[in-house]
Amino acid sequence: MSTLEIIVTCIKVLAVFTALQMAVPVLVIMERRGVSFIQDRVGPDRCGPFGLLQPFADAAKLVFKEDITPRHVDKLLYFLAPAFCLIVPTVAFAVVPFGSGIRIGDFTLSFQIADFRVGVLYLLAILSMSSFGVVCAGWAQNNKYGTLSALRGVAQSVSYEIAMCLAVVAVVMSTNSDSGVSSTAMSTIVADQGGTYLGFFPKWNVFTQPIAFFIFLAAMYAETNRTPFDFVECEQELVAGYMTEYGSMKFSMLFMGEYIAMALQSALLVTFFLGGWTLPWVDLGDGSIAGGIASVIVFLVKWFAVAWLYIWVRWTLPRLRYDKLMDLGWKALVPLALINIVATAFVGVWLRS
Amino acid sequence: MQNQHGSSHDSHGASHSGGGHDGHERPQDDPRESLWYRCYIPEIIRGLKVTMKHILFRPRFTVKYPEEKYNCPGFEGSAPGYHGEHRLKKDEQGRIKCVACLMCQTVCPAKCIEIEGGEDEKGAKYPVKFEINMLRCIYCGFCEEACPKDAIELTTKYYQVSTSREEKIYGKERLLNN
Repeated sequence: MSTLEIIVTCIKVLAVFTALQMAVPVLVIMERRGVSFIQDRVGPDRCGPFGLLQPFADAAKLVFKEDITPRHVDKLLYFLAPAFCLIVPTVAFAVVPFGSGIRIGDFTLSFQIADFRVGVLYLLAILSMSSFGVVCAGWAQNNKYGTLSALRGVAQSVSYEIAMCLAVVAVVMSTNSDSGVSSTAMSTIVADQGGTYLGFFPKWNVFTQPIAFFIFLAAMYAETNRTPFDFVECEQELVAGYMTEYGSMKFSMLFMGEYIAMALQSALLVTFFLGGWTLPWVDLGDGSIAGGIASVIVFLVKWFAVAWLYIWVRWTLPRLRYDKLMDLGWKALVPLALINIVATAFVGVWLRS
Repeated sequence: MQNQHGSSHDSHGASHSGGGHDGHERPQDDPRESLWYRCYIPEIIRGLKVTMKHILFRPRFTVKYPEEKYNCPGFEGSAPGYHGEHRLKKDEQGRIKCVACLMCQTVCPAKCIEIEGGEDEKGAKYPVKFEINMLRCIYCGFCEEACPKDAIELTTKYYQVSTSREEKIYGKERLLNN
């Protein structure tokens, strides 16, 4: 790796990290205004134009609040948990391709921090750690609500992670790696979705793998602990679950971690199923500056659509019952995902022969 | 968990059909038992359509308060059901209706009314002092019900802001002009 590449990577890391931090206020204001409109209200519209600066005001308030550490907590875990919640989804973003790339001379600036050959595995490995933050926080609190929430969080993540991984396996199986590095590399999965069938139909995985898409969608909500699967912090039952004893900046870090996880999952859905930065009818991966910028915009538009779906679903659906959550995970999604894998394998062999 | 039957319970998974073994039986033709309903997605889409309808077509109920004032029906008079600030009424000749009988002062559960009665030159009684401590008042409306002369009533005025405790003790003039 040359010095130039290291510098460029550092800049990309900084840029992506900043963008992710900035995604939080965007999602927060989207959510708050969105829910107001769904509930026939106006929502926060005083701070800045259309209330756009409201999340910043909230953040300023949280930063200047007194940072209290309750006496009965496990100090180490209490401090570690918010960091965990924030870092895990941020780190996972390293392999998400958010644009095609710009070629300057013989140097290619790819809009992806790291393109591993095993990007998908890396991603799933990091995502499986996302429940650690919840567990640490829940346990550290020494509080019934927190402990219950941590238990639920783990049970839920374990159940739905399997379904999610199996859905991704089907996507990897159907990805043609002839043009790219390997079918487990995120860039290959995106590049394979560019172009069209029969000249007009998008080659997105959502059309070739619809079952995997819906499984991933459901698992995505469960993984980020959002309604209808918000058992980790359901107000009516657990006060605020693992966040109960947190305040000020630590609370806001947990909160930000949750929203970054949401941003990450939206980006993953776009990458795996909605063609990432590609547009079916236009080739944006030609390395020109215009193509590179356009591809980032395409990615952002898709990302916003999925993020809005997140919010929309949250304020439409009530929470499931706990046994229904487990039923849905183990009796419906996991078997469906397995059947989907077998079917994908059969179809793949049939197409190749 | 709510389910006492353990593994015998199978009516909720989308992959299984079968009657409800979980305590609350449903009739066979219940639409909630159909596979269409239990694979969630069509029903979720129906729900999303409902919320989108609210975003696009429903009017907003919010009153942007400092700029827009909410007007109770009959804002200047008394509105049925709303208990706001008190008002002392006058009769047709502009005389205060109150005869200082102390009925309201007696009935007041918060003991916030203070009246000093007096007589004018014709011997008619009237209140020399009529004070309501708005900080103590619980806006129950008993004074209005107790009054034999229909001299006091609760208006719909809800804007009650002051910068000192003294201002919250309303005198006769203030109550007459309310």
